[in-house]
Amino acid sequence: MSKLLSMIALATSALATNAYAATSKYGLPDPESPIAREIYSLHTLILWICVVIFVLVFGMMFISIFKHRKSVGHKAAHFHENTTVEVIWTVIPFVILMGMAYPATKTIIDMKDTSNPDLTIKATGYQWKWGYDYLKGEGSLAGVSDGITVYASLATPMDQIYENAPKSENYLLEVDNELVVPINKKIRILTTAADVIHAWWVPAFGVKQDAIPGFIRDTWFLVEKPGVYRGQCAELCGKEHGFMPIVVRAVDEAEFKDWAAKNKSAAAPADAPMQVAAAGGTSAPAAAAGPVDGKKTYDGLCAACHGAGIAGAPKVGDKGAWATRIAQGEGTLVDHAIKGIRTMPAKGGNPALSDAEVKAAVDHMVELSK
Amino acid sequence: MEAVHGHDHSHDHHHPTGLTRWLMTTNHKDIGTLYLWFSFAMFITGGLLALGIRAELFKPGMQLWQPEFFNQLTTMHGLIMVFGAIMPAFVGFANWQIPLMIGASDMAFARMNNFSFWLLPPAAALLVTSFFVPGGATGAGWTLYAPLSVQQGMGMDLAIFAVHIMGASSIMGSINIITTILNMRAPGMTLMKMPLFVWTWLITAYLLIAVMPVLAGAVTMLLTDRHFDTHFFNAAGGGDPVLYQHVFWFFGHPEVYIMILPAFGIVSQVIPAFARKPLFGYASMVYATASIAILSFIVWAHHMFVVGMPAAGQLFFMYATMLIAVPTGVKVFNWVATMWKGSMTFETPMLFSVGFLFVFSMGGFTGLVCAITPIDIQIQDTYYVVAHFHYVLVAGSLFALFSGTYFWLPKWTGHMYDEKLGKLHFWCSMIFFNLTFFVMHFLGLAGMPRRVPDYATQFADFNMIASIGAFGFGLSQLIFLWCVIKCIKGGEKAPAKPWEGADSLEWTLPSPAPYHSFETPPIVK
Amino acid sequence: MQAAHGYYIPQPSKWPIVGSIALAFMGFGSAMFMNDVGAGPWLLCIGLAILAYMMFGWFGTVARESETGTYSPQVDISFRWSMSWFIFSEVMFFAAFFGALFYMRALSVPDLADADTGALLWPDFKSGWPVSGPGIEEKFSPMGAWGIPAINTLLLLTSGITVTWAHWALKKNDRTQLNLGLALTILLGISFICLQVYEYVHAAHELNLTLSQGAYGATFYMLTGFHGFHVTMGTIMLIVILFRCLAGHFKPENHFAFEAVSWYWHFVDVVWLLLFVLVYWL
Ligand code: HEA
Ligand code: HEA
Ligand code: HEC
Ligand code: CUA
Ligand SMILES: [Cu+2]
Repeated sequence: MSKLLSMIALATSALATNAYAATSKYGLPDPESPIAREIYSLHTLILWICVVIFVLVFGMMFISIFKHRKSVGHKAAHFHENTTVEVIWTVIPFVILMGMAYPATKTIIDMKDTSNPDLTIKATGYQWKWGYDYLKGEGSLAGVSDGITVYASLATPMDQIYENAPKSENYLLEVDNELVVPINKKIRILTTAADVIHAWWVPAFGVKQDAIPGFIRDTWFLVEKPGVYRGQCAELCGKEHGFMPIVVRAVDEAEFKDWAAKNKSAAAPADAPMQVAAAGGTSAPAAAAGPVDGKKTYDGLCAACHGAGIAGAPKVGDKGAWATRIAQGEGTLVDHAIKGIRTMPAKGGNPALSDAEVKAAVDHMVELSK
Repeated sequence: MEAVHGHDHSHDHHHPTGLTRWLMTTNHKDIGTLYLWFSFAMFITGGLLALGIRAELFKPGMQLWQPEFFNQLTTMHGLIMVFGAIMPAFVGFANWQIPLMIGASDMAFARMNNFSFWLLPPAAALLVTSFFVPGGATGAGWTLYAPLSVQQGMGMDLAIFAVHIMGASSIMGSINIITTILNMRAPGMTLMKMPLFVWTWLITAYLLIAVMPVLAGAVTMLLTDRHFDTHFFNAAGGGDPVLYQHVFWFFGHPEVYIMILPAFGIVSQVIPAFARKPLFGYASMVYATASIAILSFIVWAHHMFVVGMPAAGQLFFMYATMLIAVPTGVKVFNWVATMWKGSMTFETPMLFSVGFLFVFSMGGFTGLVCAITPIDIQIQDTYYVVAHFHYVLVAGSLFALFSGTYFWLPKWTGHMYDEKLGKLHFWCSMIFFNLTFFVMHFLGLAGMPRRVPDYATQFADFNMIASIGAFGFGLSQLIFLWCVIKCIKGGEKAPAKPWEGADSLEWTLPSPAPYHSFETPPIVK
Repeated sequence: MQAAHGYYIPQPSKWPIVGSIALAFMGFGSAMFMNDVGAGPWLLCIGLAILAYMMFGWFGTVARESETGTYSPQVDISFRWSMSWFIFSEVMFFAAFFGALFYMRALSVPDLADADTGALLWPDFKSGWPVSGPGIEEKFSPMGAWGIPAINTLLLLTSGITVTWAHWALKKNDRTQLNLGLALTILLGISFICLQVYEYVHAAHELNLTLSQGAYGATFYMLTGFHGFHVTMGTIMLIVILFRCLAGHFKPENHFAFEAVSWYWHFVDVVWLLLFVLVYWL
């Protein structure tokens, strides 16, 4: 027992790195947008109301437990059924609830007001990374960032995840390409997904919105302070659900314009997704750029599953497993590899691959498995 | 009412013994026992999976499992606990207690009763073996959301068929329970004289009949989307992944009340017995239970506040959900008022019931916090929700099940259980339970998502505490197992009515209750 | 076997466990079948065979018990409650599919064509009904209401009348009319099934209407197929009842099995009317 206690003590004192900048460990993170602030105070309010009711009700219960027990000689009374009391304890909670519902309703209406944004960004969830398309800007930001596309994948190295290297400060909450937004502007986020449902969530903004494949949903936020804000995918989306963070860098308008100008000229970087290698602690570097090279694509990505037959994937070289598949015809195979089939993710999980690259990879695999 | 008679005595000689007794039994007590042992086995299975989860989450970084296997652990833990452990345990109680409490000879359909039970082992086998098929078990979460579930391998199909079979079992079981209650009560026992446990089960059975088929429909559409090229949940074909969620939660929300209403019933039997004072408001308890059940059909989308529904939808579902606090409050106040000025003793059943009351209510309050849409947008799919539902499911349903087990063990076995062990079990459970799950509130608020195998370092300390608590909680259940086995094996002889304040019909029978319950129906005044 | 008084509690029975074994085979078999595992179809067939054996055995026992007067009036009431709630559970099963139809037609399809949001992903998609979906290129024609479906409506409505006629005859103890009414009902049921099979073939070959035709195809086949399955079950049950009638079973005052089947038949009838209006007509 004492060992256990000391372990607990150790646990509580250890590890104080804090990735959601300057944030409580016990409560909601510090709000950085008007909506988040409303939510924060709403939560505080409701929490305290609940605490008060809880203390009153269970205070009564504990008084009763200590005073009305047989061992202290208390004799049982026999009262029951009292309409007045019953009406009171139905009506009072009802009134309290109305008191809670009022501010909540106001906040809901504010949250839902996505009209007149300064900037609209489409966030697309992929298995497993985020893609951001800056749509046509309006008002003061018209034309500034139109057409920029950014892909953001986890930047934490596999070695840290698999305990081969010490963990960095923003372990699991860091990406290669951050989403850059200007401060003090109303930013509308459209969410959608390419494969399964993801959710775009940045706690400090009070924003969480499911990204549903085939549908567009929207939400908005406005950041007041420049800084880096971190969040994560908040809907189970398969194996790497825990590894698709969201990082937003809020900068002032001038800096945003600079950034946009730079990124508009450079071709949108097509990044390969980070794969938590299925077979252990090594990272699976994925390559996409360059000439169409089937072997390279295969080695970089497809081999993660097809190399060892993970998740039911037909193993490359296993003639038996491939015979019937090959018999479907090359077109079908390529089609399946591009669109995904059952557990096979579309384009092996990397939407940045071109169809030609996938086709080359399929050809390469078929070659080895005939 | 016609004489309610057991059956012909000459038949007793043909009673099979050994294994066939259990395979072919039509006796409600045997079947109840089967249900209870089955659910305990599933509780251990689901619990071990939970320990798998907690072991991986002990510290940041990936140590034990691959991420996809972690998802399978989470999914199977949820499915097995909900469908394998909690629900069958309550049906086991229904089987044992309902005929005893309403003065019937047995269940209305004794043979079908056996079928309801024996459908469960194949379903459990489907679930458990799915770990061993290519691709492993489904890792789409116990909610089996499309389209992730459409992507899964064969394990998903096994889970779908398991759900179908368990659904059939629940529907048969519920029909049986409703019929027994409506048609087999002893003369004089009007509906409003039934013990509350019977009432809560009557209402629960209706919920089951209404929603299990809907779940079956949901997973059937999943199956056709997976294998027959339909597009129910695929935008390309005009379907919608959110449609799945609507259908699932139309089942899912009533389902959580299916797991709590019988618990309310048990607690409503136990508290008056140990307070030696009648339940404060019997009628209002019945009405409150019914209100909860009815409201449960119009709140389902509170699980979907972040899918992006219109403000009107969010408001409606928020208000409706909040409303449930009123009838639940009525119940809580009733229990406290029953204890007030009683003459209480605190044997193990009472300890668990009071523990239930205290800790379940915390879960209720966090449920209310979730119901406030803007707050839920922050905490949906975080450990806050995990904390909420373990407070209501473990400290709610499971503690009530423990309470009921200790309460009726003397009637079932004829022996008193070991009070010391029972109390030890309670205190260990209570402490470790809170150690495990209380810190999850902090984790969730601070931003740790659920269903992740790894997490940012700032969450490390609370996760470590939760993992330690989980192992402690698991070990504490060994005390329970030991205590029950000890009680079955022997111990102090139990009188017909071991609890001074208990007053329902089962206590008029000797302990252990005879194989055929009420051969001649008692007359209830 | 048992005196007419008192509530009949059956002896230990092997049928439930046989049924469970059947379902275990079917569950594993179907899952394997669908994932192209060789033994799947065999397991499924074995499961179905065991299930059929169980049904014969179990229902045979029940029929015997009923005919030997084991069931008291109280047991009869139990049967009535249970059949009602069983049918209610079936209603909820259908409700899930009707719900899907409503949702797609009224919510998701218009949403996908929404000018503000849907257009971003599916620029060319127009809302409307019947429709397959924005990602489906192939065209199909919807199933008209006034051909086979209308005839089928008439068939089922008539069969509702004939089964009532048979019931009326049973209560009058007019066995000839009873058998005749039942036989007619079965005939109508079988005609319905045949026409529906024909309709499916026609749909698949001439209208290019298949399960994969998006919202319309999926809901059309799911609803009509699930209903067709119920008609088939109902017809089989009616056939069993007819055989029992021919064997002289049932008395004017005691014939619950007959009534249960006719309730079921009426339920299937009502569902069809809903289908006719919501799937074919509107
Ligand atoms: C036994 C099971 C059980 C029970 C009883 C409840 C009870 C409640 N639940 Fe919970 N819930 C679950 C099981 C349960 N829940 C599960 C399993 C999930 C997660 C599923 C998943 O996603 O995997 C979930 C998730 C869940 C969510 C979705 C969270 C999310 O995913 O974002 C919400 C949101 O509204 C919610 C609300 C409630 C409410 C309002 C109650 C109410 O019934 C509580 C009412 C009780 C009280 C309020 C306390 C007592 C009352 C008083 C003392 C009176 C005075 C009080 C006031 C005036 C406030 N629950
Ligand atoms: C219905 C009831 C129920 C019960 C009783 C429990 C019991 C427990 N649950 Fe949970 N849980 C759910 C229902 C339940 N759960 C659901 C529905 C989900 C959601 C799934 C999803 O997201 O899809 C979930 C999810 C869930 C998660 C989140 C996983 C994730 O998001 O990735 C976690 C994490 O800690 C957890 C932990 C536990 C623990 C530690 C217990 C403990 O109480 C278990 C204790 C029991 C035992 C340990 C076994 C018995 C004892 C022995 C066998 C003795 C031997 C023991 C030792 C050697 C230590 N559960
Ligand atoms: C996450 C694991 C995974 C990755 C990564 C992956 N595959 Fe697959 N693949 C699978 C699985 C599983 C199947 C088997 C699907 C089935 O038939 O159920 C499959 C099947 C296939 C098939 C056969 C399809 C058919 O019609 O039978 C081809 C071709 C294929 N993959 C190509 C690729 C290519 C090319 C890549 C990389 C660009 C790739 N895969 C990456 C898991 C993967
Ligand atoms: Cu993407 Cu979770
Ligand atoms: Cu709910």
